Amino acid sequence: MSTAIRLTGLRKTFGDVVAVDSVDLEVADGEFLTLLGPSGSGKTTVLRMVAGFEQPTAGAIELAGVDVTGTPPYNRDVNTVFQDYALFPHMNVLDNVEYGLRVKKVPKAERRSRAQEALDAVRLGDYGERKPSQLSGGQRQRVALARALVNKPRVLLLDEPLGALDLKLREQMQVELKELQREVGITFVFVTHDQEEALTMSDRIAVFDAGRIAQIGTPTEIYEHPKTAFVAGFVGVSNLLEAGAAATILGREGTWSVRPEKIRVMLGEASAEGNERAAAGTIHEVVYVGMATRFFVDLDAGGTLIAVQQNSHATSADVNAMRGQRVTLLWNTENEIHVGS
Amino acid sequence: MTTSRGTKVALSIFAVIAFAFVYVPLAVVLISSFNAGDTLAWPPAGFSTQWWAKAIDNEGVRNAIVTSVVLGLVATAVALIFGTLAALALSRFNFFGKDAVSLLIILPIALPGIVTGIALNNVFTSYLGGLTFMTLVVGHSTFCIVVIYNNAIARLRRMGGNMEEASADLGARGFTTFRLVTFPLMRSAILAGAVLAFGLSFDEIIVTTFTAGPGITTLPIWIYQNLFRPNQAPIVNVVAAALVIVSIIPIYVVQKFSSADERGGGVI
Repeated sequence: MSTAIRLTGLRKTFGDVVAVDSVDLEVADGEFLTLLGPSGSGKTTVLRMVAGFEQPTAGAIELAGVDVTGTPPYNRDVNTVFQDYALFPHMNVLDNVEYGLRVKKVPKAERRSRAQEALDAVRLGDYGERKPSQLSGGQRQRVALARALVNKPRVLLLDEPLGALDLKLREQMQVELKELQREVGITFVFVTHDQEEALTMSDRIAVFDAGRIAQIGTPTEIYEHPKTAFVAGFVGVSNLLEAGAAATILGREGTWSVRPEKIRVMLGEASAEGNERAAAGTIHEVVYVGMATRFFVDLDAGGTLIAVQQNSHATSADVNAMRGQRVTLLWNTENEIHVGS
Repeated sequence: MTTSRGTKVALSIFAVIAFAFVYVPLAVVLISSFNAGDTLAWPPAGFSTQWWAKAIDNEGVRNAIVTSVVLGLVATAVALIFGTLAALALSRFNFFGKDAVSLLIILPIALPGIVTGIALNNVFTSYLGGLTFMTLVVGHSTFCIVVIYNNAIARLRRMGGNMEEASADLGARGFTTFRLVTFPLMRSAILAGAVLAFGLSFDEIIVTTFTAGPGITTLPIWIYQNLFRPNQAPIVNVVAAALVIVSIIPIYVVQKFSSADERGGGVI
C-alpha cells in the first residue's frame, strides 16, 4: 500500500513554546489515523501543518510522495473539516458544498450535480437552499463533511469535528463517519482528545504527549500494551503500580499498570492460583454506573487500583454496602503492563 | 426583569422627556419651513411652500449642497480604500508596532477638530502650496478613515481567520477568497461605516474652516454664514428641514442591512 502522508522530523515553535517536536509519521492510503492527546499536546498543530495553515519550523511534509512543505493550502490535495465547521454564512448549503469545485472552475452543471450527490450522501439532499444558520449542529457538521468530500481529496483532515455535538449524536456520527470512510476509501486523519472516540473509529492511533508522539499503533496495541505511563493513563483509566507497590506485589522493578476490567474483586482473604497475582486492600469508594461498578481500592502495599466489575447480579445497594470492606484483588500476570522504569 | 408600577411610570416619563428634547426642536424646524410669514416667529402665520421654492432657486444653497455631496463622496471613497486595507492588514498580520499603528489610525477621531484643522492648515499653506478642494478632502478623510476602519476591523475580529482558511483549503487563492468570502462578509459593515463617514463629512465645520480652499463653501459653512442674516433665516430653515428628511434614508438603509445580517446569519 502506498503512503498518503509522510512527516519527517516535524517541529513547530511559537516563540519560546515548542508545540510539536520531532514528529515522524507515515499514513497509508485509505487508512483512518487518529491523533489523540490532551489539549496543547500538538495534535491540532500537526494537522494544521499538513493542511498548510502553519509552516513547520523544521522537518518535511510529503503528500503521496511529493514534498509539499512550502506549498500553500490551495495547492494541496487535502481538505479539512474544521472544529467549528467554518461554513460560509452568506452562502446557502449547496453553494457552500460547491465552493471547492467553483474555485477550480468546474462547469456549473457538473458541480451542481456533484454537490447534490455529496449532500445526498450525508442525507441532507433537501437542505441545499437553506442557510447554515438555519441548520442544527449535527447538520452543519455533515455539510462541512460534504463540502470537503465533494472535492475527492487524497486526504481528509478532521479537527475534533464531533466536539460540539451532544453525546448521542456524537456516537451516531462516529459510526457514520467510519462507514463513510470505508465507502469513499479516502485517507482520514482525525484529531480528538476523546480516547473512546479514537478507540472506536481508528485503524491506528498516534498518542501525543507534549508535542511528541508517545506511541503509535492499533487501538488494541495502544490499549493493551501502552508503552508509557502517560499513554496508559490517557487511554483508559490510569491504574498504576508505582515502584514501591510494584516491588512488593509483583516483585518487579519499574512502574506497572493493570487495566481495571482485568481485575477481580474478592471479599476477604484470597490467594493467587496458577499465574494469578493477589493484592490485599480496602475499598474506599464505590461508584455504581449501571452496567458495571467501579471499586477504588487502597492497597496495603501503597497506591490505589481501580477495578471494574459487571453488575451481573449485584444491585446498587449491594455494591454500596461494600464500602470500607477488606478485599483481595486478583489478576492474571499477563495483564501486567510495564509502562516505565 | 420585574419593575414596579411606579418605576415603570417614572422611566416612561423620563424617556418621553429625553425624546422630546431631541425631536421637538427638529419638528419646529420642519414646521417653520412651511411658514407663510417672513420671520421665524411662533406660531407660524400659515402654510406656504414659498421658502422651499426660494431655497431651491438660491444659487448659494445649490452650490453648497453640490460641494458638500461631492466632498462627502470623495472623502468617503478615499476612506473606504485606506480604512478597509488598514483593517485587513492589522487583523491579518502580526508585526512590530502593530498596536501603535492601530492607535495612530484611531487617534484623529479623538483629536479636537480644531487641532487637526490648524495642523493641516499649517502644513498645507506653509509647505504644500496652499488650500484647494483636495486639501479639504484630505482633512475630511482623516476622520472618515477611522469610522470605516473601526467597523471593518470589528467585523473581521468577529469573523476570525477560519473562513479564509476554509476558503484556501478548498482551493481558492488570496484574491478569490477576498472576492467570494472576505468581502461579502465585510460588506454590510463597510457600508455602515461609509454611511457614517459620509454623514460626518457632510456636517463637519471646524476642519472644513481650516482646510477649505478660497471660495469653497460647504453646506454647513453656508448655513453658518447665513443663519444670522434676517432675510435668509427662513431659507436656512428650509435647508435644515431638508437635511432632517434626507438623513433619515441612510440610517434606515444601514439598520435594514444590519438586521438582514442577523437574520441571514451574517457571521455565525
